[in-house]
Amino acid sequence: MSEELLLARDIEVAFGGKRRWLGRSSQPVRALHGVTISVRRSETVGIVGESGSGKTTLGRALLRLVDVASGSIAFAGQDITRLSEGRMRPLRRRMQLIFQDPMASLNPRHVIRRIIVEPMLFHGVAKNHADAESKARAIFTRFSLPHMCLDRYPHELSGGQRQRIGIARVALLAPDFVLADEIVSGLDVSTQALALNLLKDLSRDLGLAMAFISHDLSVIRAICDRVYVLRSGRVVEEGACADIFAGPKHEYTRALIDAIPLPRIDPDWLRRTTAADVAA
Amino acid sequence: MSGAILSISRLSAVSDRDQAPILHEVALTVERGETRGLVGESGAGKSTIGKAILGILPRAVRVTSGEVLFQGEDLLKMPAERRRRLVGEQIALIPQDPMTALNPGRRIEGQLTDGLRLWRGLDARGARKIALKLLDEVHIRDPERVLRSFPHQLSGGMRQRVLIAAAFALDPKLIVADEPTTALDVTVQKQILRLIRNLQSAHGTSVIFVTHDLGVVAQICDSVTLLFSGRVVEEGRTGDLLQRPQHPYTRALLDACPRYDRPDVGLKPIPEDLIARLRSEAAA
Repeated sequence: MSEELLLARDIEVAFGGKRRWLGRSSQPVRALHGVTISVRRSETVGIVGESGSGKTTLGRALLRLVDVASGSIAFAGQDITRLSEGRMRPLRRRMQLIFQDPMASLNPRHVIRRIIVEPMLFHGVAKNHADAESKARAIFTRFSLPHMCLDRYPHELSGGQRQRIGIARVALLAPDFVLADEIVSGLDVSTQALALNLLKDLSRDLGLAMAFISHDLSVIRAICDRVYVLRSGRVVEEGACADIFAGPKHEYTRALIDAIPLPRIDPDWLRRTTAADVAA
Repeated sequence: MSGAILSISRLSAVSDRDQAPILHEVALTVERGETRGLVGESGAGKSTIGKAILGILPRAVRVTSGEVLFQGEDLLKMPAERRRRLVGEQIALIPQDPMTALNPGRRIEGQLTDGLRLWRGLDARGARKIALKLLDEVHIRDPERVLRSFPHQLSGGMRQRVLIAAAFALDPKLIVADEPTTALDVTVQKQILRLIRNLQSAHGTSVIFVTHDLGVVAQICDSVTLLFSGRVVEEGRTGDLLQRPQHPYTRALLDACPRYDRPDVGLKPIPEDLIARLRSEAAA
């Protein structure tokens, strides 16, 4: 439980600032100002923040999908901060990403079978087509996805089914680390509950390390062990979910928690303001 | 504070293409000055009802029966001209997506004063004065600058404030708020909810609040109508419905909500047999 599978130290990410045609250069925009974050094996870590906080950039940096300007990233004890794409490739199977919008991340021209089977063959987790097919069928049963979905195109499925297929595709590759970026934000609460429970079971069964990015602290509370609260590219607070929800130290965290409307009668909620709320 | 401003009864609608039912015998009343939540998951028909009130149903949806009485007049049967007048002047909309609801090519001033000039016959100066006052009411700090701005120059929360100002501009009797905070960050959502609530009680406006979020309902609605597959599943005062839900679907929906205050409950998926039963009832 204590081993850090992924450790990012003081990472900074900046966009722009490249020399353009005719030599004009623009000031880079810093999206992350020295963020340190770790994810242990079998641990689900939440990254929460509002729009523009840098949470998606942080996720992409952890997977080396954007380059960091400074700081270091280590995965399973290996420094991957500056690894070339070729040397990253063997690690790619072990570090997977579940996307926010399954409609945008599943190829609309491919049937689900191909979407599910191809990565297994590419990464060599299935011996052959028949093996991949039987693995796919097994996980569909487990995710209560009808097997006939394999012959469907993404647009023929419901949003909840597409999201479960996105999770199944990643689970079949048996990764060590999964990044889930706002994966339930567009879903109804009933489908959201289903997807989150699957993810929870999966991380327990596979001993997954997971980073779960969300703007919704309620969801984070439900599935994460620890949480990092991000604001304007900086971590303002981190700690065990239970502690942070019981006693948030930073006023921004307090404002974020208090801003969540709960389905219970709370006559003062609308009137109640926090310091950060007033400042906003 | 007495009597219904809006009363919908036996409203049914089908899809023109395959005659599939979209709404089935929906009944709903909105009392003067109250906020009525219209809640359901996707496909429940909550937005369709909102659109039926505003007369902006897509062509593919055909109303087969029922009435939508606004202050005693049936919005579905009146002449188009009369209806346009009512919907422009007395019924207003706060749309879901502040990014697309404003014309990107026009400055805020024109968009905010259109209604005032058309319905109140004000000249540009008079309309501008009222627009400045409205922006002040929605707590926009630099109203002069906002009036000169194009929509893309404002943040999502600012745009939503502008749209709320526009909705209240003619002091309507009824506002249909169609998921007005779904696209916003939670801290901004709270400010916007507070703003709608305050303006509503100051102006005595009735509001139909369309949302999928029972948390939002709990905080802002006086009464609720819960829909599933185009049917009313349960309705009542918000406190009663949340504390003593009668219908199994209402209970299941509450159990599916994540609860940070009670991590032991919540996130229970809605039982599939319950959904199947409700679907077959809806199809019958």
